[in-house]
Amino acid sequence: MRVYLRVAWLSCRRYATYRAATVAGAFTNTIFGFIRAYVLLAVWHARPHLGGYDATDTVTYCFLGQSLIMVLAIFGGELDLAERVRTGAIGIDLYRPVDFQAWWYAGDLGRGGYQVLVRGLPPFLVGALVFKLRLPQSPTLWLAFAVAVVLALSVSFALRYLVAMTTFWLVDNRGLETLSGVAALFFSGMLLPLVMFPGWLEPTARALPWAAMVQVPADVFLGKHSGVGLVGALAAQAAWALVLLLIGRLVTQLASRRLAISGG
Amino acid sequence: MAIIEMADLTKSFVVRRRAGGWRRHRREVRAVDRLSLGIEAGEFVGFIGPNGAGKSTTVKMLTGILVPTGGRLRVAGLDPASERRRLAGRMGVVFGQRTTLWWDLPLMESFDLLRRMYRVPAQRFAANLQRCSELLELGELLPVPVRELSLGQRMRGELTASLLHEPEVLYLDEPTIGLDVVSKVAVREFLAEVNRERGTTIVLTTHDLDDIERLCPRIVVVDHGRLVYDGPLADLRSRLGGERTMVVEFGGAVPQIQQAGVSATRLGGSRLALTLSGEANVAALTADLVGRGDVVDLTIGEPDIEEVVRRLYAAPDPAGPVST
Amino acid sequence: MVEALRCYALVAAAWTRAAAQYRLSLCLMILATLLITGLDFVEILIVFANTGRLGGFTVAEVGFLYGVAATCLGVADLLIGSIERLGDRIRDGSFDAMLLRPAPALALAAADQFSVRRLGKLVQSVGVLGWSLSAVDVEWTPPRAGLLLLMLASGTVIFLAVFVIGAAFQFVAPGGRETMNAFTYGGGYLTQFPLGIYARHVIQLVTFVIPLGFINWYPALHLLGKPDPLHLPSATHYLSPAAAAVLMVVASAAWAAGLRRYRSTGS
Repeated sequence: MRVYLRVAWLSCRRYATYRAATVAGAFTNTIFGFIRAYVLLAVWHARPHLGGYDATDTVTYCFLGQSLIMVLAIFGGELDLAERVRTGAIGIDLYRPVDFQAWWYAGDLGRGGYQVLVRGLPPFLVGALVFKLRLPQSPTLWLAFAVAVVLALSVSFALRYLVAMTTFWLVDNRGLETLSGVAALFFSGMLLPLVMFPGWLEPTARALPWAAMVQVPADVFLGKHSGVGLVGALAAQAAWALVLLLIGRLVTQLASRRLAISGG
Repeated sequence: MAIIEMADLTKSFVVRRRAGGWRRHRREVRAVDRLSLGIEAGEFVGFIGPNGAGKSTTVKMLTGILVPTGGRLRVAGLDPASERRRLAGRMGVVFGQRTTLWWDLPLMESFDLLRRMYRVPAQRFAANLQRCSELLELGELLPVPVRELSLGQRMRGELTASLLHEPEVLYLDEPTIGLDVVSKVAVREFLAEVNRERGTTIVLTTHDLDDIERLCPRIVVVDHGRLVYDGPLADLRSRLGGERTMVVEFGGAVPQIQQAGVSATRLGGSRLALTLSGEANVAALTADLVGRGDVVDLTIGEPDIEEVVRRLYAAPDPAGPVST
Repeated sequence: MVEALRCYALVAAAWTRAAAQYRLSLCLMILATLLITGLDFVEILIVFANTGRLGGFTVAEVGFLYGVAATCLGVADLLIGSIERLGDRIRDGSFDAMLLRPAPALALAAADQFSVRRLGKLVQSVGVLGWSLSAVDVEWTPPRAGLLLLMLASGTVIFLAVFVIGAAFQFVAPGGRETMNAFTYGGGYLTQFPLGIYARHVIQLVTFVIPLGFINWYPALHLLGKPDPLHLPSATHYLSPAAAAVLMVVASAAWAAGLRRYRSTGS
């Protein structure tokens, strides 16, 4: 267990060295946050209670999304895994006496933890200064939100892990990575809150794993779930995370078998 | 007029070091310190020095990448800092560790692109390419994308690319690094030929002392941004002293040697290893040995060039340049 | 200038030839880019699934704004987009290799890694623009068509200038690529929507400080007959070429200054 904590910590430290890029990135996220906020406000001006959200809800949602965009690696990536498979360095990784998937998971959690502070807080704080944002009213809700973010990161990791592992079979998986990023951007609620999706698109999107990444934590934050509903929402996230991680474990087995056969 | 003229060439950088927390500590570093040097057209000069000596900074100033802080610099009569593009057409550059070619394109396409960029007349281009192809055996490499070439093949391509527009000066930065023996020899022979045939002035920066030994009649040594030595390699050897070795095999008894500056060690069989310091008189010693003993075989070794240069690098910062 | 264009064309053509070897992969990438950038317009459609008007603009009118902004950004990105990697090239030394050539460094840096793949974005934005031209309630007289062409030309130049300024910034701050993206892609995103939805300060910022508003908004106010939230004189509607010219001057000064600094301090 200590090994994984160490992996997480080292990952955290590593991302801490990219200081300039992180600041610039936080700036970009803030800019996009502002633009989206105004667009959403214009829509809510015409439809003040769209999807059960009011204007404050939607602006809060917007900045939450921008805060989480890098933490959850919505565009994909942030795992050297695919590159290591391509170069063959993965051979060493698979024969280490630690759990392969857990190793990468710990690293990603470390990264996420760091980025919550450095890329997550600034856009939200700036947004809070300019707009009126809705914050959770009770400590329980804050705790639930923290859990939701960890679960969201887990779902995100599990999906990215699967995409990265396809490199064992498809040497050039850039197309898949891009497609996956696009799907995440759209279906997570990052681009627009899922409540805005017309007709059958909304329930469909909510049923997909990506919704667990932004829409669910945001709804928790906004207090849209309470009591049993809250537990249910977190449980749904956890279920997706579990299922995807288990598929990941299966894929890992297949991959190491493939490596052993084809010699790397 | 020399083709390269440097007078008190200086380049200083301001280096900011973090002194704990957010404070910055400023320091001025002189990468090149009042370097004065003249190179005539047609010369082949080796440019050596320890890492951080200011070699690549000097070459960057010669090629116009960096602007000097002080002093005067002229290459082919032009000031590289202000006439970079005009000068570019008259010089060639080869980097050992980076490519100047277009990675994904076939070699021939890179050449063609350069032909058009440098506006080389078609016939001259064809003739130059032909000549380089012959000397470097480029034939089957031309349609191959640069990224698929081996290091040796790529280097041959880079050398060709740098000469297609018939530059007056050629700068090479570690061209033989990482090459196998056969490729190294090919590159060296090519450079010697180019220098001989076309009178191209060549400035070779390298850590490979074999390159220097075989190609450069003149070497320039810099350290801490200053000129430390400028002259023939042979003079450097004798000036720095350095011990020579002699191994003598006798047919019969091994005589005793008693001469100033000579120490002898008995080797197996009837062989004697002699170490001669600078003051030893080789001629007298040889005559003595041949006279007193039955000499079957005799070999004399020059001081190891690595040793010579090591001494030079290790020498305390000299008061002034050593030049002939 | 002519020399710059000539060298640019030489290098860009060479890169295109190299990419053409992998025709299938290239087509797939164009398609992928088309789909990804198409998502921007899908976003607009979803917005309009919820409301008939945004800031007083109909879907066709927003489509028009989007079509112009995205096309201008698309052309600029195609022509000079790879210059955003200047920081990387400085770090790996390939920018120095460009300084060794008898060609303007900007032309070489702009043409490096020229990729026809970016056409994907352009195909999609021109498509939307074309649709919007027929869908908006505007009679396209010759003077109006002329203004449209002027919009497209000036808008492209404005984005080109922003790319160059961003690149020049990377001489000073190598991590500046992300910041640059905030202005290029952020600017593109911002101008997709009617500026009227933004706070007053924001509109002033993109009018007087970073003249992105002149890419599509001000001429559109005239063409679509919309009121100006800032109540500026109507001459503003025709100032796009002036804004473009001013920004171009700023961009060349920035590049020259950045290059001068690079050549005196190394990297």
